[in-house]
Amino acid sequence: MGAALARAAQWTSAGAGRGTLEITPLNESLLNEIIRFVEGFSSRHPQEAAFVFREPLEWRTQLGCAAFGAGYQGDGTTVQSDAKSKDGQPLLLLTGSTIKVRSFDQLSYLLHIAMDKKLKEAQACLEANRDPIVNILGPGYGTIEGEDMSMLHLLDKVKKDDDPETEIKMKIFILLSQLDMQLLNSSLKHISQEVRLNPSAVNNEVNLLKHFSGKGEDTVLESLEYTSDYTFSNGCRAPPWRQMHGEICYLIIKPHDTDPLCVTCSTAGVYLNGGKLKEKDDIDYERKSDIYKDIVTFLREKSPKFVENMSKQEYNFFKETASEKYYQHMEAVDAEDSGQSQKPYDYTEKTIYEKTKSSSAKSKSADSKKLEPSLKWKNIVRCATYSDKVTKKDTEHGRRRSSASKKIKKKTTSISPEAASKCKTSEKDEEVSESSSETEEDEEQPERHQEGNIDLPSEYWQIQKLVKYLKGGNPTATVIALCSMKDFNLAQETCQLAIRDVGGLEVLINLLDTEEIKCQIGSLKILKEISQNSLIRHAIADLEGLQIMVKILESPDKDLKCLAAETIANVARFKRARRTIRQYGGIKRLVGLLEPIPVGSSALTPAQAKDFAIARSGALALWSCSKSTKNKEAILKAGGIPLLAKWLKCSHVNILTPVVGTLQECASEQSYRRAIRMEGMIEDLVKNLSSEHEELQMLCASAIFKCAEDKETRDLVRQHGGLQPLSVLLGNTENKQLLAAVTGAIWKCAISGENVSKLQEYKTLEALVGLLTDQPDEVLVNVVGALGECCQEQINRTIIRKCGGIPPLVKLLTGTDQALLVNVTKAVGACATEPENMMIIDRLDGVRLLWSLLKNPNPDVQASAAWAICPCIENAKDSGEMVRSFVGGLELIVNLLKSKNKEVLASVCAAITNIAKDEENLAVITDHGVVPLLSKLANTNNDKLRRHLAEAISHCCMWGSNRITFGETKAVAPLVRYLKSNDPSVHRATAQALYQLSEDPNNCITMHENGVVKLLLAMVGSTDETLQEAAAGCIANIRRLALATEKAKYG
Amino acid sequence: MSRKRLQQLTESLLRSARHFNRKEVERLIKLFNTLAAESRERFAAAAGLDRNMFRNILHCTFGMMDDMIMDRVFRAFDKDNDSCISVVEWVEGLSVFLRGTLEEKIKYCFEVYDLNGDGYISRDEMFHMLKNSLLKQPSEEDPDEGIKDLVEITLKKMDYDHDGKLSFLDFEKAVREENLLLEAFGPCLPDIKSSMAFEKKTFQDTPDL
Repeated sequence: MGAALARAAQWTSAGAGRGTLEITPLNESLLNEIIRFVEGFSSRHPQEAAFVFREPLEWRTQLGCAAFGAGYQGDGTTVQSDAKSKDGQPLLLLTGSTIKVRSFDQLSYLLHIAMDKKLKEAQACLEANRDPIVNILGPGYGTIEGEDMSMLHLLDKVKKDDDPETEIKMKIFILLSQLDMQLLNSSLKHISQEVRLNPSAVNNEVNLLKHFSGKGEDTVLESLEYTSDYTFSNGCRAPPWRQMHGEICYLIIKPHDTDPLCVTCSTAGVYLNGGKLKEKDDIDYERKSDIYKDIVTFLREKSPKFVENMSKQEYNFFKETASEKYYQHMEAVDAEDSGQSQKPYDYTEKTIYEKTKSSSAKSKSADSKKLEPSLKWKNIVRCATYSDKVTKKDTEHGRRRSSASKKIKKKTTSISPEAASKCKTSEKDEEVSESSSETEEDEEQPERHQEGNIDLPSEYWQIQKLVKYLKGGNPTATVIALCSMKDFNLAQETCQLAIRDVGGLEVLINLLDTEEIKCQIGSLKILKEISQNSLIRHAIADLEGLQIMVKILESPDKDLKCLAAETIANVARFKRARRTIRQYGGIKRLVGLLEPIPVGSSALTPAQAKDFAIARSGALALWSCSKSTKNKEAILKAGGIPLLAKWLKCSHVNILTPVVGTLQECASEQSYRRAIRMEGMIEDLVKNLSSEHEELQMLCASAIFKCAEDKETRDLVRQHGGLQPLSVLLGNTENKQLLAAVTGAIWKCAISGENVSKLQEYKTLEALVGLLTDQPDEVLVNVVGALGECCQEQINRTIIRKCGGIPPLVKLLTGTDQALLVNVTKAVGACATEPENMMIIDRLDGVRLLWSLLKNPNPDVQASAAWAICPCIENAKDSGEMVRSFVGGLELIVNLLKSKNKEVLASVCAAITNIAKDEENLAVITDHGVVPLLSKLANTNNDKLRRHLAEAISHCCMWGSNRITFGETKAVAPLVRYLKSNDPSVHRATAQALYQLSEDPNNCITMHENGVVKLLLAMVGSTDETLQEAAAGCIANIRRLALATEKAKYG
Repeated sequence: MSRKRLQQLTESLLRSARHFNRKEVERLIKLFNTLAAESRERFAAAAGLDRNMFRNILHCTFGMMDDMIMDRVFRAFDKDNDSCISVVEWVEGLSVFLRGTLEEKIKYCFEVYDLNGDGYISRDEMFHMLKNSLLKQPSEEDPDEGIKDLVEITLKKMDYDHDGKLSFLDFEKAVREENLLLEAFGPCLPDIKSSMAFEKKTFQDTPDL
């Protein structure tokens, strides 16, 4: 009873002090049970009923003295029983309204006379005595949360002394604990029937009802409002001190036919509260009605009109809930998918596919061959059918939480001690060195809801049985079980996880470690299939399966080797697995699989076919492994490149795909790019661009994309006629991955001028302009990059204008993708060098867009935008006016001189040079303090910055006392040193700056002190006329000053 | 044996046992003669290898354990059913045993598994062959239940015409689909290691003179 009261009964106040038992159905049934127990006690257990309580049970009763009959003596205010305890205390004593009872006899009599007040009395008694057992038997028997040892305790005591009282105590205690169990059980039944609402469920329902509320005859309600707009982070709207009681929020509901109802939604259900208190902005929280399981049920009770109109809406209503749920779920699934899938573009199609799948799944799905639909559609169907059952939502909630925690657990296992200890090289080092290509994939921490224990599919049991045979069978039985297991649809997640959950993975991996080749093969055949699932992959790695598979790569059996390599290819999709493979010498063995030299395209003998299959599996595994930088090195060291080069010559797509895949993955490394060029692989890559297989085309294009960073490679691509197939492939706009790779290859190739003219021949530019709209960012970056390169030639700039490429380019300036913005600004800048193009850009407000990109946090974007601004200012009509029209624009650009990035600084200096050409703007930027900022930059070794800085200084000298200020801010001396630079363009800019500065006598002195004359004299001899002139002018100014001084001195 | 006879024998065997070359056939004949001589000494049998000798070879050289299967392998080698393996049976048998194509092996294995030679592998035969394949769990009520279940699993997988027994066609089809099922009812072919060891020992090691 103690436990039941403590845990199951619902006490109104969670705080300390004497709470009251709330009148809820649950409590009522508890009390009734207790009453029934006590009433029957004296007749059933007469001996125990006579037992005198250690302490009396004491409470305030509503019974009067008159109620007691024979056997009791009363004198108006007090009543006491005739029956007395050994020490003479009456077993029942009523003083005023306080009653003290000392035995079950008296208790049951009391309840008997209480008649219809039984419930009240029992309630009052229990409220006053929270743990009655202590009163009855003594404090040793109090209810303790957790393990209950009192029984054993008591037993000990009984054994020790033969005291009959202890024996009775024991009996009572057992009886009471029986009652306790009974109560707990019955309350469990109650609780399980009970509705537990949660904030999101309430919110959904409210939103839904709102949907059907409003003025008019057909609506179900007039209105429905929350009392508070503020939502706490847990979704509740009730104030925290009420949330303690499980209350979620309060609603004011105006039905058509009754007064407004003020309603409390709590986790226990929905009920009417006391309504808004008039004077205060508060609510009377007391419950005033029964509890209903949700708002709809509540309203059905309260408002006939609601019921009437509901029936009209019913059909729609439930349909909507169902579909709403359904879509919510689909979104979740999609999100997961995109995380999982390696091909980000096709997932929309997949969604559609899955949607149709899931709807058809309702009817029948036995033949579903799709990768992982089984559990998902179950969810969907369930949500759809039970969407009105709020309980379900609750469980879903719980599950989500558990899956979240699972995720966290996953994360910690990925750096499990076992892995850490094995990792000889420092882990940190590894993390940094892993190449970028794997990042998106490595986040593939799988998240799949695993249904708890509800209806496991029949496959589960069958697989469990087979695993039993695997464990307990000899090789023959094992092979049979393996073959049978292979017949399950192993692509289905249900089966994959079933194998894992019944401990099948351990057995399968153990089988790999045996000498039985047939068992090994059978096991690998299954592992190969189920390792498509990332959960399984991680499990295999955790069970150290990779180590064994790497060992198997040396087996003499070719089938076995082949399967092991294929399985490794699947498992090695995450970083830890790749590291394990490398550390156990797997890379070398995998490269070894490529050893047999390929034959021509003629028909293969069976033995050759087997070698071929092995090489293919090896290449597949290498492809997976090559996503880690250190593995790339390992492949190189193991002599993989010449072998890959040889296989590249063969004509079988099956093997070309993984080979090129590995190459393009490795081409991120300079050493590979060189090797690919030197081994003559470019030719083969170009050849395979014309393959019939899109994946191969894509991989080849991607390899060229990466390799064409080097000039020699770009030339090779052209010489082998690679530009034409690339141009042709632009026509395939469906396959976005292919398109991204192809446009990337074109972009890099277009860095070479000869390639650009070739591309012109193939009308590539026109095709590229066509790709400026409706493409994913991955494609756009490359398209725009290519256009930017092509625009370095005047004719191409015209072509772009003519095919209407400028508006889409300018439009792309509003994008957010950083890489894309860098390329777009570059392309726009290149276009702007043509005055006619500039007109269009200006009209489209492109300069303003460029200018606003200066605010972009990414320095690359800033620099690129600033560079693009230069030709715009140069070529725009009324550029000064235009620049001034950008509010705050000049201040913005001047402030960029505080940047730490050299490229940004150089670009901004170049932009300032152009801005300063307009006198009025020069005045403005002077006011913004451009002079000291420029002076501060003077001490630099970067020739690019030096050049643009010198130019900016020379142009800024044109205003007011700027020359003097430059001198004061110590810009002159460093400038003199620029003349010692090796870059002639720096000389020219510096000489011009010095010439301008030398107009101020103090600057002349500084220059002279820094030995400028000798340096300038050398410049005068230059072939560059501008430089000559500036140098001469500067010397002249210095000389003139000297003469003037002399004149002043001696004259 | 006269040189001429040996040559004749070699010629004819080269035609019937296609997987061996001349040198290999000669070596096998030589090995047979050695074994046959030994057999005569130990078991006092007539020309050829008798059952015991052959089983001894299967056990020691090819690591076979199951008596019943070894018996069946002997039967499969012993084409003329005279309880004695002649030199021709020896070489021809080994040709399949060591280097047979999948087709030959399927035929051979089926022969081994068809215990009563009626052209079908029946439920009983399977049960018989698989009866020792599972670890007996003391907790289980019917110790044979697992075996029976295994037989059903096998039938489900291999019995394409659903007649409750495996015909040669069933067996062939199942094995072609999944090579692992070739030795579905117990090992009757040498594993790769012992066969490689045997070939090495027989064909390479011993210098001819």
